[in-house]
Amino acid sequence: MEPYIVDVDNLTIRFNMASEKVDNLKEYAIKLIKKELKFKEFLALQDVSLKIKRGESWALIGVNGSGKSTLLKAVSGILKPYKGSVTVRGEIAPLIELGAGFDGNMTARENIYLNGTVLGHSKKYMDEHFDEIVDFAELWNFLDTPIKNFSSGMKARLGFSVATMVSSDVLIVDEILAVGDFLFRKKCMDRMNTMLNDGTTLLFVSHNIEDVSRLCDHALWLDHGRTKMAGNVEDVCKAYGNHNK
Amino acid sequence: MFWKYKDLIIQLVSRDIKLKYRRSFLGYLWSILNPLFVMIVMTIVFSAMFSRNIENFPVYLFTGKMLFDFLSTSTRQAMTSVVNNGALLKKTYVPKYIFTFSQVTSCMVDFVLSFGALLIVIIATGAKLTWTSVLFPTVVVQIYIFCLGLGFLLAALNVFFRDIQYIYNAITTAWMYLTPIFYPIESLPHNLQILIKGLNPLYYYVAQFRDLVYYGQIPGPRILWGGWIMAFIMLVIGLWAFKRKQDDFILFI
Repeated sequence: MEPYIVDVDNLTIRFNMASEKVDNLKEYAIKLIKKELKFKEFLALQDVSLKIKRGESWALIGVNGSGKSTLLKAVSGILKPYKGSVTVRGEIAPLIELGAGFDGNMTARENIYLNGTVLGHSKKYMDEHFDEIVDFAELWNFLDTPIKNFSSGMKARLGFSVATMVSSDVLIVDEILAVGDFLFRKKCMDRMNTMLNDGTTLLFVSHNIEDVSRLCDHALWLDHGRTKMAGNVEDVCKAYGNHNK
Repeated sequence: MFWKYKDLIIQLVSRDIKLKYRRSFLGYLWSILNPLFVMIVMTIVFSAMFSRNIENFPVYLFTGKMLFDFLSTSTRQAMTSVVNNGALLKKTYVPKYIFTFSQVTSCMVDFVLSFGALLIVIIATGAKLTWTSVLFPTVVVQIYIFCLGLGFLLAALNVFFRDIQYIYNAITTAWMYLTPIFYPIESLPHNLQILIKGLNPLYYYVAQFRDLVYYGQIPGPRILWGGWIMAFIMLVIGLWAFKRKQDDFILFI
């Protein structure tokens, strides 16, 4: 049997929610002496399993705070599992926030290289794809403008275009298309569809059920950190829709 | 793993250097001018106090001050490197050591640029340049390794206890006065001399550097090997602490 490209197995992610944040020595010592140093455990995800085969596209749905982004971060390797395991066989392009790693004081041109290398590409690779990136973002006129003068839509365009230029195996998209105008959204959707057709695996978080059913073939419904339902996108979306009525 | 991110390190270092002098008229020249100005002021202030028994005080002072400045700036910036990049680390996976590493490295580039200022001081004061001076990179490498190690340790500590920034401020001040930078070590009481010669890593680098550039001689084996050994011990401690704690960083930044 073909191994899963993303294999999340009974994943539990734990946060320490200290009643107040103790981050200096004095407070720490006082609390230690007064024996008030207890942590409230918070399990952002509990026993979540998700097996994704190459080429599938999964949507994560659920209300705010249900653990969708936490799951994406665990798959990207940002958060480490407390229990269970996460295995990814392939290259990941995480779009958890567009333009993470942009430096406002640097120009768009410099930021393309910076952001590209943050995503793990080589300088040479970025040289080869530079024109393509700027074409997609339609920002030829602003290449040498410091990015702090960009509008949020322009930044999002640049970020999306850098992140999706890669032929990665897994694309992780977290509710990022909320910014950007109608035309750009359409362009992004088209780009993601093309990538899906080329065999990229997609993990997609959105509150827009329309987008979800257009892009994805499977869905996972999370509720308070637990799996509520998983399977075919239509069934899950329907159940989710009925539940929220 | 390291190799994959080498271009990121280059980008980060060049960003630090580019941004430092962006929109300034003289640009990189400040890396030379700034230490030069500070030097002139310090020479005027201190020469009255110590220069009677030190020949060519400006060069003596400069050789010590340069190393101390590199140590204090690079470790201080390394200390905040993980916390300051918290926003990014929460959103994409990048090995965390990259930021500490690139921060110390960009300070090192600045440090090497300040050798231009040293050269100016040497020429202006008519000191003779000896062939041993060309061996200065051996000291740069040692202190760079040492600062990397200390930087990793401080960066990891700072994630959990932000107080360390203020504590470290006090430590660096003490460190400066406990290193023979603007006074000759012989002017200290005997006990203190032994303590500094045994325990202060910066003493080893300053002494080696002065041997090469100021006295024009090859450093003795004790300070030479001591310097290398301390550098690697610090690196091992720093890397060990960093590696042990790095998976928890994300919960605290």
